[in-house]
Amino acid sequence: MKSSLKNMVVVLFSITLIASLCVGLVNKITFEPIEKAKQENIQAALKNVLPEFDASESEALTVDELPVIVHTAKLGEQVVGYAVESMTTKGFSGVFRLMVGFRASGEVYNINVLEHSETPGLGSKMGDEGNSLITSFKDKNLANMKQPLAVTKDGGDVQALTAATISSRAYVDAVVRAYNAVQQIKGGANVATGATSTEWTEGEQPAAEATETVNEETQKGEDNE
Amino acid sequence: MNKLQLITKGILKENPTFVLILGMCPTLATTTSAINGMGMGAATMAVLIMSNIVISLIKNLIPDKVRIPAFIVVIASFVTVIQLLMQAYLPSLYQSLGIFIPLIVVNCIILGRAEAFASKNNALDSALDGLGIGLGFTLSLTLIGAVRELLGSGAIFGQSLISGDGMLIFVLAPGGFLVLGYLMVLFNKLTAKKK
Amino acid sequence: MDKKLIVAPSPHVHGNESTKRIMRDVLIALAPALVVSVIVYGWTTLLVTAVSVLSCVLFEYLIQKYLIKGPSTIGNLSAVVTGVLLAFNLPASIPVWIIVIGALVAIGIGKMTFGGIGKNPFNPALVGRVFLLISFPVQMTSTAFATEKLADVCSGATPLAFVKEGLKGGTPASELMAQIDYTDLLLGFKAGSFGEVAALLLLVGFAYLLIRKVITWHIPVAVLGSMAIFSGILFLVNPEAYMSPLFHLLTGGAILGAVYMATDYATSPMTTKGMLIYGAGIGIITMLIRTWGAYPEGMSFAILIMNAVACLLNKYIKPRRFGAKK
Repeated sequence: MKSSLKNMVVVLFSITLIASLCVGLVNKITFEPIEKAKQENIQAALKNVLPEFDASESEALTVDELPVIVHTAKLGEQVVGYAVESMTTKGFSGVFRLMVGFRASGEVYNINVLEHSETPGLGSKMGDEGNSLITSFKDKNLANMKQPLAVTKDGGDVQALTAATISSRAYVDAVVRAYNAVQQIKGGANVATGATSTEWTEGEQPAAEATETVNEETQKGEDNE
Repeated sequence: MNKLQLITKGILKENPTFVLILGMCPTLATTTSAINGMGMGAATMAVLIMSNIVISLIKNLIPDKVRIPAFIVVIASFVTVIQLLMQAYLPSLYQSLGIFIPLIVVNCIILGRAEAFASKNNALDSALDGLGIGLGFTLSLTLIGAVRELLGSGAIFGQSLISGDGMLIFVLAPGGFLVLGYLMVLFNKLTAKKK
Repeated sequence: MDKKLIVAPSPHVHGNESTKRIMRDVLIALAPALVVSVIVYGWTTLLVTAVSVLSCVLFEYLIQKYLIKGPSTIGNLSAVVTGVLLAFNLPASIPVWIIVIGALVAIGIGKMTFGGIGKNPFNPALVGRVFLLISFPVQMTSTAFATEKLADVCSGATPLAFVKEGLKGGTPASELMAQIDYTDLLLGFKAGSFGEVAALLLLVGFAYLLIRKVITWHIPVAVLGSMAIFSGILFLVNPEAYMSPLFHLLTGGAILGAVYMATDYATSPMTTKGMLIYGAGIGIITMLIRTWGAYPEGMSFAILIMNAVACLLNKYIKPRRFGAKK
């Protein structure tokens, strides 16, 4: 076809018109499945770190200058746990994000790594099953651990990863941030509905006191107890 | 050449990865494991076949001067369609391949075949050419991915063969270059003998 | 081989006898440091060195015979030197199979793929070492090195003024995520004092090589000089945040790299001007990586990068033709 201006304009216009129509059509068809897939992704991430639940609400907070999202998980009317999308900027290669799951009673249920760029073979091991960082935290209530929370090298009782102290320190930072986020929420939940306070009594008191010490994990030598 | 040759030439004589040396960027980036390489190859093949067909059908309607922009629009639309479909129905593969799915648009192979073949041949031949080159690409990527996964993670197609890590360099960029280079040598040596 | 005077452009393939003499001198220069490392780290260093040398020689022999199909080159001792240099970059506790892989990569990928001695653009021992460093980070960084005083990556070391006082500091202040609030003092006395002693012996070896006219002063001086200047400037700007130049010169692979790795003939420029630029480049890149890079030690990467640049230096800085106007 001759390359006259009219021809070029008409042809390009038609091609782009038809192309956009097709793409738009496919977009419409796939819109719901994509949303569903995204939701399932989040649900799967939550299921991984929480005991059984059937509903969850999320809330976005800022803890220690970084944004976190707290998902409150319920079984019926009862809160069974909290999953926090936490993060840290102190990783060896910068930012990485964790999903930390707490039982209603305050212990850590499980921790998953959401995304990271740590060194493969060293810091990346924090995503491996049964690694020393997870075992240090699993089923423990941060309030009952040695304060301030730190790796053994810094005087705490968290077992760091071999040859990856910086990544390990950052990991602790993220878990503590998650814990504090839950404290903020619980404070809120406590006020809003009396019902939840009873579930939380046992974990409540030490947690409230511990918040401050846990917050100061990175400052050595300070003891608020 | 006959129809069967159209397909097989894309796998051996005109293998896009080891002979034509096209599409290097996704090759190096997505071959960290066999399944990722395979997924990338399959997605590229799908786009290649469809765009080849469409382009060869409308080749006479496109003014010469706007050839390339027209091809790109067609290719980009197909890539978008593939991306949406993957996001909806193959979410885990979509996440592993990440940004390299939209980057299929600029994969030299697709535009290259459109220019070199589809714009000069009929729809059936173009489709077969797309199939051949696409298969060659997929096989190459799967092979490179398998080698890198085996050496780098001690696994194949996700099945772990050893406990612990392999030689990590192979799942990183330098390893990609090394494996690609040596496989290229091997491939060309073996195919040269056949002649 | 014909001993007539042959004038030709590089790459030059050395005749066996002259190469052998040079390599022998390098081995003699390295011997004292090896002896000290045995004293400090035990007999395993000898094992590591032996495995490394044997593997390198074996692989060169096999590849030369069956793949390149040429005459045997192991007589020129270059494989032995590669083996020793590779061993000097490994921790004494490294598993044997990793050494063998390192040797295979150093000789197979670093040297033979390009055609053998004289034709390789990259320093083979460093190719092997970097390959191992990236592939097996835990094994390569977990313990004290034979000659490098790399504190392991996990030490979380911080750049501090205290270390400048001893020069025995075993902790490079170049950790990327400098936890400046921590004031850890990791004085690896053992590593520090051995390093000091080994540094001394390596310098003795340097003098020997100069006397024997195996290398010229240009590259090592350029490397160490540029490192000193770079770290000196940083140090003057902020002594609290950066280690002193002397610290930098004595730690890590600085002297080993400057004297023994960077001066490898095939991979360094031919003209003195090129050598000075090459050496300065290595020094600067090493300091950049040490200060702001992700790895505590940058010498190996710096040398490999400058190896690639050496070609350009050879192309653009041609020696003046005899009689040509300046």
